[in-house]
Amino acid sequence: MPRVVVDVVLKPEISDPQGQAVLGALGRLGHAGVRSVRQGKHFVLDVDGTPDAAELTQIAETLLANPVIEDVELHLPEG
Amino acid sequence: MRIGVITFPGSLDDVDAARAVRLAGGDAVALWHADHDLLDVDAVVLPGGFSYGDYLRAGAIAARAPLMADVVTRARQGMPVLGICNGFQVLCEAGLLPGALTRNAHLHFRNRDQSLRVERADTAWTSDYANGQRIVVPVKNGEGRYVAAPGDLDRLEAENRVVFRYLGGNPNGSLRDIAGITSENGRIVGLMPHPEHAIEELTGPSTDGLGFFTSVLKALVAA
Amino acid sequence: MIDTVDLAAKTPDEPQPYRELGLKDDEYARIRDILGRRPTTAELAMYSVMWSEHCSYKSSKVHLRRFGELPESDALLVGIGENAGVVDVGDGYAVTFKVESHNHPSYVEPYQGAATGVGGIVRDILTMGARPVAVMDSLRFGRADAPDTARVLPGVVAGVGGYGNCLGLPNIGGELLFDDCYAGNPLVNALCVGVMRHEDVRLAKAEGVGNKVILFGARTGGDGIGGVSVLASETFDAEGPAKRPSVQVGDPFTEKLLIEACLEIFAADLVTGIQDLGGAGLSCATSELASAGAGGMHVDLDTVPLRDSTLTPAEILMSESQERMCAIVEPAKVERFLAVCRKWDVLATVIGEVTGGDRLTVDWRGERIVDVPPRTVAHEGPVYERPMRRPEDLDALQADDAARLPRPSTGAELQAHWLAVISSPDGADKTWVTEQYDRYVRGNTVLAQPDDAGVVRIDEETHRGIALALDGNARAARLDPYTGAQLNLAEAYRNVAVSGARPLAVTNCLNFGSPEEPEVMWQFAEAVRGLADGCRALGLPVTGGNVSLYNQTGEVAINPTPVIGVLGVHDDVRERVSTGWRSAGETVLLLGETRDELSGSAWAAVVHGHLGGRPPVVDLAAERTLAEVLGALAREGLVTAAHDLADGGLAQALTEATLRHGTGGRLALDGDPFVALFSESTGRALVTTTDPKAVKDTARWAGVPVTELGTTGGDTLALDGLLELPLAELRAAWTATLPALFGLPEAPVGVRPVGTVPAGTVLSS
Repeated sequence: MPRVVVDVVLKPEISDPQGQAVLGALGRLGHAGVRSVRQGKHFVLDVDGTPDAAELTQIAETLLANPVIEDVELHLPEG
Repeated sequence: MRIGVITFPGSLDDVDAARAVRLAGGDAVALWHADHDLLDVDAVVLPGGFSYGDYLRAGAIAARAPLMADVVTRARQGMPVLGICNGFQVLCEAGLLPGALTRNAHLHFRNRDQSLRVERADTAWTSDYANGQRIVVPVKNGEGRYVAAPGDLDRLEAENRVVFRYLGGNPNGSLRDIAGITSENGRIVGLMPHPEHAIEELTGPSTDGLGFFTSVLKALVAA
Repeated sequence: MIDTVDLAAKTPDEPQPYRELGLKDDEYARIRDILGRRPTTAELAMYSVMWSEHCSYKSSKVHLRRFGELPESDALLVGIGENAGVVDVGDGYAVTFKVESHNHPSYVEPYQGAATGVGGIVRDILTMGARPVAVMDSLRFGRADAPDTARVLPGVVAGVGGYGNCLGLPNIGGELLFDDCYAGNPLVNALCVGVMRHEDVRLAKAEGVGNKVILFGARTGGDGIGGVSVLASETFDAEGPAKRPSVQVGDPFTEKLLIEACLEIFAADLVTGIQDLGGAGLSCATSELASAGAGGMHVDLDTVPLRDSTLTPAEILMSESQERMCAIVEPAKVERFLAVCRKWDVLATVIGEVTGGDRLTVDWRGERIVDVPPRTVAHEGPVYERPMRRPEDLDALQADDAARLPRPSTGAELQAHWLAVISSPDGADKTWVTEQYDRYVRGNTVLAQPDDAGVVRIDEETHRGIALALDGNARAARLDPYTGAQLNLAEAYRNVAVSGARPLAVTNCLNFGSPEEPEVMWQFAEAVRGLADGCRALGLPVTGGNVSLYNQTGEVAINPTPVIGVLGVHDDVRERVSTGWRSAGETVLLLGETRDELSGSAWAAVVHGHLGGRPPVVDLAAERTLAEVLGALAREGLVTAAHDLADGGLAQALTEATLRHGTGGRLALDGDPFVALFSESTGRALVTTTDPKAVKDTARWAGVPVTELGTTGGDTLALDGLLELPLAELRAAWTATLPALFGLPEAPVGVRPVGTVPAGTVLSS
């Protein structure tokens, strides 16, 4: 069954306290080389038949992400 | 005057909003999210709570409930709508108010008796307050940080659409200390604090919250 | 190949992993005896979870019988043995309440352990037919500055808040205490209270042959498999948990839907019996429902909706997936039941029916895999009379009285010790925790933390209300478990009384070490004896509770920690009294008698790191009188504030009372100021009044000693001739501790709490 992946992250201009908390923890654990962390959501959709790119784009951009504050990346299966 | 209070799966403060309506002298009408019937109400309250567990995003799924389509239609025709906490989140997700509510900056759920300054006393829900008035109302949320693009924030300020600001400390990191905003026509108000929990001396930090509900009853009579 | 009853009968010598499942040799032999054959794999799983300590109470039963022997109480509608006790509170209202532990899971996964602890106790209340209306939490961790506490505490608090807030239940109070003995074994005790009308009480029994068994709520997955028998009968060794069993994961949204669906179902009278699924999941629900009913039950296990299709029948029976309930429904009402569930989007499935006869049978894909007498699973588990032995160190410990410890004498020394005690992690302001809890939801919370009792209005017309307090001093119980248990009972009783309520009933959560240690068993037996005797003296029934054993880290048991909850009633909740001083010019009075009793005190622990001697004397007759006086004072409107004295004595009580609204006082102490400030004598309350003569008359008429301390007002707390504490300094010391330890972006981490003590003393923070 074809699998579609949608990644949702806060827009760069929106502050991300959860990402900052993770960054702080990394620093305390000794990982000085990590400069920034942004936390987002990863959706995995199993769809019937051939994925309809237009429909999935609409799902991703209007439900899975809030376009006011989030950016979205849609990953359709190869081919 | 009939004030509808919508119950979504996971709504919690619907009972409390109904009590506030009754105490103010209105008829509280229970509305069910899955119906397409606003039961002839004159105004609608979207109450606080964790509709749909705050899954996906707070208010995201509730904003797409069948009844919300009717609310949006009537709101565009001028019906007063009040969104409290989760209700504010629903209003933003439904596109009736600009911006969005995100996780509190300090990452904790926070329940505090919060001082607010009334910035705009001539909306459908705030006419019983005075500009500059200080009120104390509980705030209790984990996803209450109001954010919007700088251009949108500037526009809200320029159009005098900020209705309440946090005083004496910002409980959640909301930009420009914004606690509540209104629509262009001043009939839709969304705020994170809970006026329905400041209506009786016995159970709240003040009775400052009653003003919301008495205001709308007057606004409806005047309409 | 499925292990069926037929196969089991034919293969008696098949080896079975009963020891790995926690059963002893004699217990396994007894199962074989009961069944007349070896058990199937599924039956073995059922017996192993249901006969575990956590489910069967095998080590504690013989002692808990004392509670059942207390005199009958008219107020008790449902007693011990059901999911929760039910008490009549007047006007046709019934209140059900209970406290339960979820200790071990909270060490393994703090957020989920605490969250599912709340979820579990809420379901216990719901299943009695009540709407849950409030929760409380009693938390104990290792030293506040220990690294593992920083791992466990924030997660537990977030879990309690996260689950309770999402359910819409106000958190109205609790406790937060620290001691090294909990380092590898935090205690998370959660209380829930619910309200209903008398006629709404539901019981957990399966009656009516042909009635359907309906499982509703969440799907069943691999949560907590083996959790019960494996986890709660194992202690954690010094290196940390030896295994990571699958912990239960909670979904409060599903439970909220479950609550609303159940209440609609109850209102429409659609069930004849109902049980929630907690420890031991389906094994427990089916065997208990069947045992309590008149006949038997049959279940088709393959109808159970699964989240994980790879689960074996035994795993399904042992699963502790959360947010599930089991109802017994007449065939004619099934459709309506399912319709209510559909409305609330709650999954509901008919999985079986009540049968004639007296067996619990379970089929899997048409083959019989369980055929047992349900009572032997649910109620006739092993009963142990464990050996008991008074701890060998107890004589020496009790002889090591705190009276010998160096005491502060100058004003400066007293002030330094005062600040040390109230800024210690135990004494410090708990707002860091309580701000993470919603106290307002449902709009009926009249009093919540930091008041002494949580008070909830239950009727908006008549103003009837209830009060609850939860207390569990473990230092006292370590010194003397009998007296310590009574001391906790007295404190919770007094906390209810200072709010103006009439105490009515008791619940308890008994947290102890391993019952296989005779010294621990002795502590347990003594605590139960003390609690039972105490309830008899106070005229209160024990409505039910919980026992949590095996709280140890390696060889070291926790201090005996009997946490006692007391429920009281307000005929008119508008007459309630809160703890803080509001206005200037009022008279401050101390009710009760202060003796030189510093053993087991917060002062001894914080300043000297000392625990020894005997706990303060408990005089239950005096507590009863004091409670009656406090009730009368509240009803007559004669006091403006009332606060009980407990840990930290008068110093702690004065701190909390003055800082609440920023009203100081000018006071004078008679006699030894050190004893006056730090003694922890019982049976005392601090009140303020505008009519001191009336209060004194009322108290003296009842035989309660009264001492006038001074007058409220100002922005300092002044003890004439001794010290003057600016409230700002007191507040700074009291509020800095928890944020400094557990951090917030708004508060700098690593700042030492304010308050110093003379050189050579020990600070626990």
